[in-house]
Amino acid sequence: MEQMKRRKFLGVSAVGMAAVAGSGVLVPAIANAANVAGWPAAAFDAKKLDEAMKDSIDATSVKTSAKVRLTAPTIAENGAAVPVTVDVDHPMTADDYIESVYLYVDHNPTPLASAFHFTPDSGHAYFQERIKMAKTDMVRAVARTNKGVMMSSKPQEIKVTIGGCGG
Amino acid sequence: MNLSRRDFMAMMGIAGATGFLSPSAIASSWGSGKDPYEIPEYGNVTLLHITDTHAQLLPVWWREPGTNIGTREQKEWGVTPHMVGDKKLEYYGIKAGTPEGYALSCMDFDTLAHKYGKIGGYAHIATLVKRYREQVGKKAILLDGGDAWQGSATSLWTKAEDMVGAQNLLKEDYFVGHWEFTYGADRVEYLLKHKLKAKFLSQNVFTIPWDEPVFDPYDIREVSGRKVAIIGQSFPFTPIANPAYFVPKWSFGIHPGHMQKMVDECRQKHKADIVVVLSHNGADVDKKMASQVNGIDIILGGHTHEIMGPRPVKINNTLIINTSTNGKFLARFDLDVGKGKLNGWRFNYLPIISNMIPEDHEMADYITKVRAPYAKKLAEPLAVTESLLYRRDNFNGTFDQILCDALREEMDCEAAFSPGFRWGYCKLPGETITMEDVMGQTAITYPQVTVTEYTGAELKNVMEQVADNLFNPNPYYIQGGDMIRVGNIQYTMNPGETIDKRITDLRVGGKMVQANKRYKVAGWGAMQKVEGTPVWDIFAKWLRSKKTVSANPRDLPVLTKNMTGNPGIAFPKEYDL
Repeated sequence: MEQMKRRKFLGVSAVGMAAVAGSGVLVPAIANAANVAGWPAAAFDAKKLDEAMKDSIDATSVKTSAKVRLTAPTIAENGAAVPVTVDVDHPMTADDYIESVYLYVDHNPTPLASAFHFTPDSGHAYFQERIKMAKTDMVRAVARTNKGVMMSSKPQEIKVTIGGCGG
Repeated sequence: MNLSRRDFMAMMGIAGATGFLSPSAIASSWGSGKDPYEIPEYGNVTLLHITDTHAQLLPVWWREPGTNIGTREQKEWGVTPHMVGDKKLEYYGIKAGTPEGYALSCMDFDTLAHKYGKIGGYAHIATLVKRYREQVGKKAILLDGGDAWQGSATSLWTKAEDMVGAQNLLKEDYFVGHWEFTYGADRVEYLLKHKLKAKFLSQNVFTIPWDEPVFDPYDIREVSGRKVAIIGQSFPFTPIANPAYFVPKWSFGIHPGHMQKMVDECRQKHKADIVVVLSHNGADVDKKMASQVNGIDIILGGHTHEIMGPRPVKINNTLIINTSTNGKFLARFDLDVGKGKLNGWRFNYLPIISNMIPEDHEMADYITKVRAPYAKKLAEPLAVTESLLYRRDNFNGTFDQILCDALREEMDCEAAFSPGFRWGYCKLPGETITMEDVMGQTAITYPQVTVTEYTGAELKNVMEQVADNLFNPNPYYIQGGDMIRVGNIQYTMNPGETIDKRITDLRVGGKMVQANKRYKVAGWGAMQKVEGTPVWDIFAKWLRSKKTVSANPRDLPVLTKNMTGNPGIAFPKEYDL
């Protein structure tokens, strides 16, 4: 019950804001979040991608689908705040909707960067956030429907480079 | 000695003009009839494109690269623009030794330079632009692809105002940017708002963090009763390739999805009959973007300083060109624009060979006036070069070699790095290097020289990162610079490998680099704010002390054998191939 409330809250906030905090800003929040009932602490604390996926979606590999669109720069302008947009092309009706979207950065110290929960009232499973990346890495989003069907975006490499030397 | 040499060059330039008008030249790909710059009228819209002039108001020497290996997986290497020398001439069906051959290829550069003379110059560009405007009247649109504000002493010292004046005299219509942003967001906004008459367009620059557009993404112009949409694309990697602190509140990127949206908006909402993108993506990025975005008729490209004329490249239904640098070419598209579609086109890729085009007096007077306060300082002779000095090449250009030599000696370092910039004009053997020439290689707003103690592992990482910006098989990871220039660093390079695996046998001073050992390396063009002497002062001091310089030996890498026969390499022996 507590968990449902939180999900609803996150669902509304995810569509209500143009930009929301990513993992970088969420890190300090985790300590407090541990006190919140239903906070998926294990998933957010996991240090390896496999563990983070298992803890969050109970799977370590998910089939990719063109319906989950992940938009991110090929090269980060600032590794501390990389803009990522996820847009899931799926109905949002009472009996078939996107319930959750998870975003992973394969080799971040804690690979699960964010989890967004939606309800049919969200209207559209879409969010934009800024995430922190330790180094050049793959980023992927996994969407799960209320029926438990999962689909993944194509993983995208985001380079975090030293720059310089341009044209 | 030098003076008589100059006289000789001037004479030969005129002699070259005679050859230029010979029947074989007439039959060439650009122009026809007695006057190679005479182009018959066609269609109802004429696009004139210049790009990446790098603030060279006066004509300069410009040699095409001898090495331009490109970015694709090996089976795709050698695709235009990644071919050089004779391969490029063969591809376009142009004879070596002709004016066009001189403009398109690096072969026999020194000899042909003496024969045909310098390229570019705003007074010469202005003559052609005025002539074509007179010819086609209101059908003409003049588009500038950016990097007009940086590359010379006077542009740096006037904070680009000298160039804005020249752009206004040319009556440029549209402009996009890259190095322009290194004057800082405030200066850019001031010049665009209060000084420049051309309209600045960019669909890919947004505010941080709210992603609001900073500039108008496009403009719709009615020409001959047709609607022409011009969409601007500034350099996508500005805060990565250049210091981000100049534009701390602006975010860039390629944004192909947003580009598609803009194209659709132009076509559906504004009923554009044709969509043109004025782009500073670079040639490889433009080609990939054209494969993803539907509905662009023409991309007028720049940034990577490629020869991608005399025939446009066609990807799906998009025609793509790249119009070189330093004012070397004026590109002209004559278009027959129908209702909602391009019915036909003619393309001319016109080398601005300055001896063949008289100066426009209005522009020439302006240039003299704007340079006058600095003329004495610019003219200071520093040293004579025995080598042909050039920068543009995938690996150490000769100008960079002597710059690295200067940095090492003046800063007392065992090694040196210099950025893989693609601007910076040439000097011929026997010519005197002046202060102006030093600025022509170094005039940036973050010129401080630094000395860094890198570990061997860090040294390799720097080189691997830069190599990946040049050779990543996915064009969207290509920033458009060349390989970092090195002084007293030797290595083997395999462009076909992936990051961290391209460089092997890395040595400093001939000795294998050790991962944990520290190396003192001089460099310039740091991405963070740093203290230090401007690089031009150090370079000039060294040149004065030498009096005569030559670019020998060169710290070129050994290339791996899979590069044998690559059409992007004109002089394989330089790389032990």
